[in-house]
Amino acid sequence: MDFQFSEEQRMFERSLREFLAAELPTERIRGLWDSERGRSDALWRSLAELGVLSVLVPESDGGLGLDERDFVLLAETCGYAALPEPLVDSALLSAPLLAAVGGEVAQRWLPALLAGEVRVAVATPLDLLVADADGAAAVLLAGGSAGDDDGELRLLVAPPADALHRQDSVDPSRRLFSRTPLGGGDLIAEGDTVRQLWARALNRGALGAAAQQLGAAARVLEYSVAYASERKQFGRAIGSFQAVRNQLADVAVALEFARPVVYRAADSLARGVATAARDVSHAWLAAGEAARMAARHGIQSHGAIGYTWELDLQIWLKRIWATDALWGGRAWHSERLETAVFSPDVALGAGHTFDEGT
Amino acid sequence: MNLSYSDCQHTFRAEARDWLASAVPATPLPSFDTKEGFAAHREWERCLHEGRWGTVTWPESYGGRGADLIEWLIFEEEYYRAGAPGRVNQNGIFLLGPTLMEHGTQAQRQRFLPPMAAGDTIWAQGWSEPNAGSDMAAIRCTAERHGDRYIINGQKTWSTRATFADWLFGLFRTEAGSERHRGLSFLLVPLDTPGITVRPVRQLNGLPGFAEVFFDDAECSADNLLGEEGGGWSVAMATAGFERGLMLRSPARYQEAARRLVSLYLAQRPAVDRDPSVRGAVLAAWMRAEAYTLATYATASRLLSGGHIGSESSTNKIFWSELDLELHSTAMSILGERAELQSTAVDCEAGGAWLEGFLFAQAGPIYAGTNEIQRNIIADRMLGLPRS
Repeated sequence: MDFQFSEEQRMFERSLREFLAAELPTERIRGLWDSERGRSDALWRSLAELGVLSVLVPESDGGLGLDERDFVLLAETCGYAALPEPLVDSALLSAPLLAAVGGEVAQRWLPALLAGEVRVAVATPLDLLVADADGAAAVLLAGGSAGDDDGELRLLVAPPADALHRQDSVDPSRRLFSRTPLGGGDLIAEGDTVRQLWARALNRGALGAAAQQLGAAARVLEYSVAYASERKQFGRAIGSFQAVRNQLADVAVALEFARPVVYRAADSLARGVATAARDVSHAWLAAGEAARMAARHGIQSHGAIGYTWELDLQIWLKRIWATDALWGGRAWHSERLETAVFSPDVALGAGHTFDEGT
Repeated sequence: MNLSYSDCQHTFRAEARDWLASAVPATPLPSFDTKEGFAAHREWERCLHEGRWGTVTWPESYGGRGADLIEWLIFEEEYYRAGAPGRVNQNGIFLLGPTLMEHGTQAQRQRFLPPMAAGDTIWAQGWSEPNAGSDMAAIRCTAERHGDRYIINGQKTWSTRATFADWLFGLFRTEAGSERHRGLSFLLVPLDTPGITVRPVRQLNGLPGFAEVFFDDAECSADNLLGEEGGGWSVAMATAGFERGLMLRSPARYQEAARRLVSLYLAQRPAVDRDPSVRGAVLAAWMRAEAYTLATYATASRLLSGGHIGSESSTNKIFWSELDLELHSTAMSILGERAELQSTAVDCEAGGAWLEGFLFAQAGPIYAGTNEIQRNIIADRMLGLPRS
């Protein structure tokens, strides 16, 4: 029983954090908002060089052969940096899905994806919208065009421009497209194998988003503490007023108790334990709650400046709000958690937190 | 990171479970805030000690098992799962014990720890005074040094377990004219000392879980000074760190309460679901109990690899106390008009345990440093905000 990340895992996190701190200042994010594609191929290639895209791909397929426990801190770091690139989804879904399909498809696409030469977007069975479909050399599609058939995995190469219907998000970093016109493509896998692949992929996607919420919440808290320490009213820093301090302390508490839930979900997925789906939904809900609280108290502690376009705080607020509804949103995860907890045959209580602790 | 138990840990759990299955009294003991209940709980402490399960984290030389914090968590899980009695000597074993091991002399450890482990000395806390509650540095109770003795005068209040306990530990002002955190000393005082008067104070449930303790020229040996004279504040902070941080409220307590809450809800589901908010509250309480468990395992892992308890002592205290309120308030709303029934009432649920727990949960955000104080500590030390 060890709840600590290894030195290697921490080092990987640090190297990504330092890279993003240097390469992705908020001016760069705003610059991308104003660019036509909203993405930077150079940044994408550099991220690939760090190995971040390869974490969950087996070594035999040219990846690092690691697992969710090795990725969760990286996802958190992406949230902290508000990285616009679809790194987390690519590393947690696109790359491992391609590796799992194997064969020619993997040979053709995986090396290019891991090298950062292309992007491969994903339309999961849960999606109404598809992120980053425009910059993608290919899109992995659940089902044909219906979007709800999880028994098929298709690969649509070079989505045609007339199938790309842009839908603007509140978060200018997000590039969203309608799911429905994206159809066709080659059937690359089907049946129960695909259902299992999707089940795992959805859990990974939700885990990655939950971890990004933690990172975003931590960033909002940092901004808020810095602002409240500097801004003076009534002759003193507003961060000395308990009304402000208590709100920020509550965010700190919520974050402290969301983090281990998210890390545990990573461990459950990595080890494939029976409660993995429940643990991911718990992580989703806990991280979402902490992030929503950070956003609310964060903007409040900034006052009117927090409500402006100019202040960088908005980058994280909007990411938090948008992310909160992804991967099935709260309803889907609450329902899944309820099924697990309110079941007469589930063992709950002391000694049952870890699956085999009976 | 690997969240599975080792074979050793499984064996430890099985051993604890077997022993508890044969040792835990079949019927619940009366409250330890009654005279007979206090005596019955003291007997239980002796029984735990004889089985070497009373102080699992202590070194073997003091009657423990040298268990690490993960094993402690496992033991606590088995303890709550077995429905074993509350720990009447919690003040001693979980708070003073670790403080003695850190700050006590060898002679003090040998003198105080074995009888504490054996249940022969049950400890009360003596922090608060009528004018020193949250502002503990306002302590005015004096202990004046006369050779090898201190002469204590003043009053302590809200002293938990002092009604029936044998000894009291707390802070006293040993330097005349000193102010705030300076000049305070951590003393261990037998409650049967001449000059000490203990006046029970009844708590919300009607039982004397508190007492006021009056000192009127009460003498205390200088051998009972823990740490340096005048250095009591830092010793007390160490105790407070243990209290809030980890050992006061092991997660097992909330895991079991959450389990009971889920089954209470499921048993009455169709009726309860008429208020749709209850379902969400039950789920939220279960999630938080689980989160507290996970966070505690994470802290234990960190401490095991050489870390020290830090801001967890404040974040934990806020979290478990608010969780306890949430668990019990939700149970009360499920119980409806039966919620108010005492254990003596025919229609009460689960022997009145939910009501008892609900009343006790009201105290959680107040004792061991109010949650307002904890939020201040978090704002100051964890976030580094300007002082208020």
